[in-house]
Amino acid sequence: MTINEIQDQIIEDFSYYDDWMEKYEHIIQLGKALPLIDEQYKTDDHLIRGCQSRVWLHAEIKDGKVQFTADSDAIITKGLVGLMISVLSGQPAKDIAAADIYFIDRIGLKSHLSPTRSNGLLAMLKQMKLYAVAFSATQAS
Amino acid sequence: MSATTKLDIAKIRTDFPILNTQVYGRPVVYFDNGATTQKPVQVLKALEDYYSSYNSNVHRGVHFLSQKATDAQEAARRKVAQFINARHEHEIIFTRGTTESINLVAYSFGKRFLQPGDEIIISAMEHHSNIVPWQLACEDRGAVLKVVPMDSNGDLVLDEYEKLFTEKTRIVALTWVSNSLGTVNPVQKLIDRAHARQVPVLLDAAQAIQHTHVDVQTLDVDFLVFSGHKIYAPTGIGVLYGKENLLNEMPPYQGGGSMIKQVTFAKTTWADLPFKFEAGTPDVSGIIGLGAALDYVNETGLDAIIEAEHELMQYATEQLQTVPGLRIIGHPKERAATLSFLVDGIHPFDLGELLDKQSIAVRTGHHCCQPVMEFFGIPGTVRASFSFYNTKAEVDRLVEGIRKGIAMLQ
Repeated sequence: MTINEIQDQIIEDFSYYDDWMEKYEHIIQLGKALPLIDEQYKTDDHLIRGCQSRVWLHAEIKDGKVQFTADSDAIITKGLVGLMISVLSGQPAKDIAAADIYFIDRIGLKSHLSPTRSNGLLAMLKQMKLYAVAFSATQAS
Repeated sequence: MSATTKLDIAKIRTDFPILNTQVYGRPVVYFDNGATTQKPVQVLKALEDYYSSYNSNVHRGVHFLSQKATDAQEAARRKVAQFINARHEHEIIFTRGTTESINLVAYSFGKRFLQPGDEIIISAMEHHSNIVPWQLACEDRGAVLKVVPMDSNGDLVLDEYEKLFTEKTRIVALTWVSNSLGTVNPVQKLIDRAHARQVPVLLDAAQAIQHTHVDVQTLDVDFLVFSGHKIYAPTGIGVLYGKENLLNEMPPYQGGGSMIKQVTFAKTTWADLPFKFEAGTPDVSGIIGLGAALDYVNETGLDAIIEAEHELMQYATEQLQTVPGLRIIGHPKERAATLSFLVDGIHPFDLGELLDKQSIAVRTGHHCCQPVMEFFGIPGTVRASFSFYNTKAEVDRLVEGIRKGIAMLQ
């Protein structure tokens, strides 16, 4: 599936929840299910500093696609990180670099991507795109 | 204090329109009073009156409205002076808040009194705003910062405090009430011990002014700072109280209008106190709002407020302790209106997020006290901070919200 197809799928999944608590229960379940980052990458080099919750992110190229793994010390952040990964991981670097991430807004969690929100999610998205840009540059050369 | 009449909280709550605000479809439970307090209609009305009937710049105009605004501003200064029992009105300097007040003292006192190698004492439980300005002063003047440690209960270690003094100690800057733990420090003792060595003391009263009686003359404190918005006044207005002789010796913090006696290109002479430290157009509406807020506290009765908050704190402490896995951070001898806690295995950010979605406003994180969090080896806490307008029913909603959050997160 393309990045946008996955985003649309997530939007549809979330449309079944009517209240906040159900939405969060789902996010928490996603957080618990997120494949953990390999311990060797859970270092300061891979740390994205949000103010309150910490996020670790690792990226590598496999078969021409970018694979992301991540972790967070806060479970809700981890769920959101998991959603972001499900959208972007396994996609071609150039698609990630050009991706328009709209699903967060559409599932009513826009505030989580605000620069004034201190959960590290926006910084993580930026970092994912930076990795993708770097990988496409390497692939092009 | 036993003679105080109990407050009718239901009636009090009608003074605070925001308490009826719905968040995610339910009335908000506001337990972030340590960050800022809500404003009673009496304060809102004072702001509206000012802007709709006598808004004007102060001290410069000969006209009627300017005089009226000036009178209102100076009446508010008098109210502040009375509220903290300052000897002189001109010992009250209006600033933007606690942070600016501390920066002012760190800069001006530093410039006048700090030499390379001199020492400043602060404590391990200071808010960043009572750490960083002193670090800047240290950098600027070549002075050294020394830190009073705290124990695992969250109380300052007084014996260690004693040991920090040397002949090079120039000033002590301490918080009265810890914003992250709620610890009430034994300020009279701390001041007396510094004064025994002729060292002046600055007290950060940001978390004390709304919860306790402040008498700067009895305390004999040299500087005392607080923010209006923590005592039901608007944001953007703060107070620096300083002893006249010290303020007179200190150079101005900022230059501009209102703070001068005479300006020539060769030499400018400063205005008298308090105007020497109030460059530019002041926050007239904020000052008037602060005056109205202090009137409100006086009319409600500070003793009654203290009693209501004490009762609420006791109830909240008992109720929170019924939650399995919940641990309150810090067990100081005395605590004011603030409870910081963690639940085993749960990140404070997650719990705060789920409380928010249940319409309960708390603060999570390090509360601008990273050294305190580091001391306890925790990433942050969930902090519930109370005000007299909160109710036991709201505490019940908090406890219920925490239980629900835990059930979802574990």
